[in-house]
Amino acid sequence: MGLGQILAKRIGYGLILLIAVVVLNFTLITIAPGDVADSIAGDMGGADAEVLAEIRSRYGLDQPFAVQLGRYISSIAALDLGYSYFYNAPVTELILQRLPATLLLVFSSQILAIAVGLVLGVMAARKPNSFTNLIVTFLSLFGFAAPVFWTGILLIILFVAIWPIFPVGGMMSASLIDAPWYEQWVNIAYHLVLPMVTLASIYLALYSRLTRASMQEVLGSDYVRTARAKGLAENKVFYKHALKNSLGPLVTVAGLQFSAVISGAVVVEAVFSWPGLGTLALQSILARDTPTIMGILFFSSLVVIVVNILTDMALRMIDPRIRAD
Amino acid sequence: MSDINTQTKDIIDIQATSSLREMTTMFFRNYAAVAGLILLITILLFVFVGPLVHTTDPFEMVWAPFTMPMQEGFILGTDYLGRDILSAMMAGGQVSLAIGLAAALVSIIIGVSVGAFAGYYGGLVEELLMRFTEFFQVLPTLLFSMVIVALFGASLLTVTLAIGVVSWTAVARVTRSEFLRIREMEYVAAARSGSARDLYLIFKVILPNALPPIVVQANLMVGSAILFEAALSFLGLSDPNVMSWGQVIGSNRPYILDAGFAVAIPGFAIFLTVLAISLVGDGLNDALNPKLRQR
Repeated sequence: MGLGQILAKRIGYGLILLIAVVVLNFTLITIAPGDVADSIAGDMGGADAEVLAEIRSRYGLDQPFAVQLGRYISSIAALDLGYSYFYNAPVTELILQRLPATLLLVFSSQILAIAVGLVLGVMAARKPNSFTNLIVTFLSLFGFAAPVFWTGILLIILFVAIWPIFPVGGMMSASLIDAPWYEQWVNIAYHLVLPMVTLASIYLALYSRLTRASMQEVLGSDYVRTARAKGLAENKVFYKHALKNSLGPLVTVAGLQFSAVISGAVVVEAVFSWPGLGTLALQSILARDTPTIMGILFFSSLVVIVVNILTDMALRMIDPRIRAD
Repeated sequence: MSDINTQTKDIIDIQATSSLREMTTMFFRNYAAVAGLILLITILLFVFVGPLVHTTDPFEMVWAPFTMPMQEGFILGTDYLGRDILSAMMAGGQVSLAIGLAAALVSIIIGVSVGAFAGYYGGLVEELLMRFTEFFQVLPTLLFSMVIVALFGASLLTVTLAIGVVSWTAVARVTRSEFLRIREMEYVAAARSGSARDLYLIFKVILPNALPPIVVQANLMVGSAILFEAALSFLGLSDPNVMSWGQVIGSNRPYILDAGFAVAIPGFAIFLTVLAISLVGDGLNDALNPKLRQR
């Protein structure tokens, strides 16, 4: 099978998964006690049965389940995720507004974690009894055991309360709204440091441990022994032969972790009041703003599926052996 | 026919006991694992026996808010309502550990069933079950469980189920791959030729032999379920009438700049617990897979 065919198959399958996600979410929200009409009535300070019925008919809630579901799926197909009564804005617009902040946080922290994790892992694999190796072992234990919000709060206590060099939260100082773009960017980068480090801390542990393990495995393999036997310089063996082949597991795991990274981002955004999708999700969940919740669930599943397909494709390009199956 | 089954079972039992002894020796030779076990036992004693010694009610206001640790006789200080944090750590620990265990149990029951049937039957059953697993891997776990808790109310039961339902996929994958391997073994073929029923083969013949990696995974599940519960309570999605470590963190969170200790202490408790669990898990992994250890 060619790459194109595999890609087409994966995309088709991804679409089926997406529809399944929508059906599950829709079913859950329908069977849960209370609906949009109740929440709106609650915000209005109570309403009688007549008003409730009117709200229900306006939002199509009086229709049978199958009709509502069909209507929702067809509107999603037209990229319309509905209207948020809580924010008084279309859900698609809300999500697109918050998306850049989340993407910035997620990708910068992943890049940081992969870069530092690779360096640490390689150094640890090179000298198994070194101090670096100990650091990797320690980091991997810490990264798994420390709750991510706790890491964030410790960083706030350290770098905001005790030694105030970073802002406590937010994405940009309000005073810079009319400032030139480069000043805004510098300010955003400054606000990004603590959240980025917090989110990266979990994955730094994972990636450094993974790199160490796969490097150790590759270094013991026959072709590395051959490369050494034919007299190649140690550095060349290490970085050109071994490192290249130990990247596969890293890419796989980074791709598979993506759904977990989004979960991590939700918590980190809450700690640092970072105005991204996670904050939007939390607010809309607490406000029971159903259209927004559904939209975010749909959208984040879409992102995870796309990233999984990209990872799969990247792996096939890195490692020709995988193409066979 | 039943003779063959009993014989197979005897052989399996003998294997199990001898490897159990080996495993225990292996485990206790691993200092990190033993340290983790001691830490875990200490935490359990603190959480379950502690309240008998330190009897202050965790919900009662006993002193001025935000008394620093080691002052006025409060070893860990007081929180934003002037409640004793030491008592909160004990009461909250019981809940956090219980939810962690229960949620891990839910995810293991789902994961082992899905993985066992997929690995045993293969073919269409496997295809369908693994697609089902993949579907749950695509759902953003935390967001999805936040939605479940918000929709169905934040009680201990919904929180436990919400965590269990989203975190079983890894268990299913491990179980399936073990079943795929073991179902080709001679003793399974022997039991099968004795015309044993499918369910007997799955749960009495294959499952006991597939347990080691599942046990390791299960152990990690408890740790991640505790973290998961903490994250949910931190976000304000937990039963406000029940004290848990995450809940202590969540409720004191607005005051971190003034009283960081009220948040740092429960976080440290979670950290230590999950650390102890994962050290024990690593030790179990090494003891159960001696091959991995030699690498």
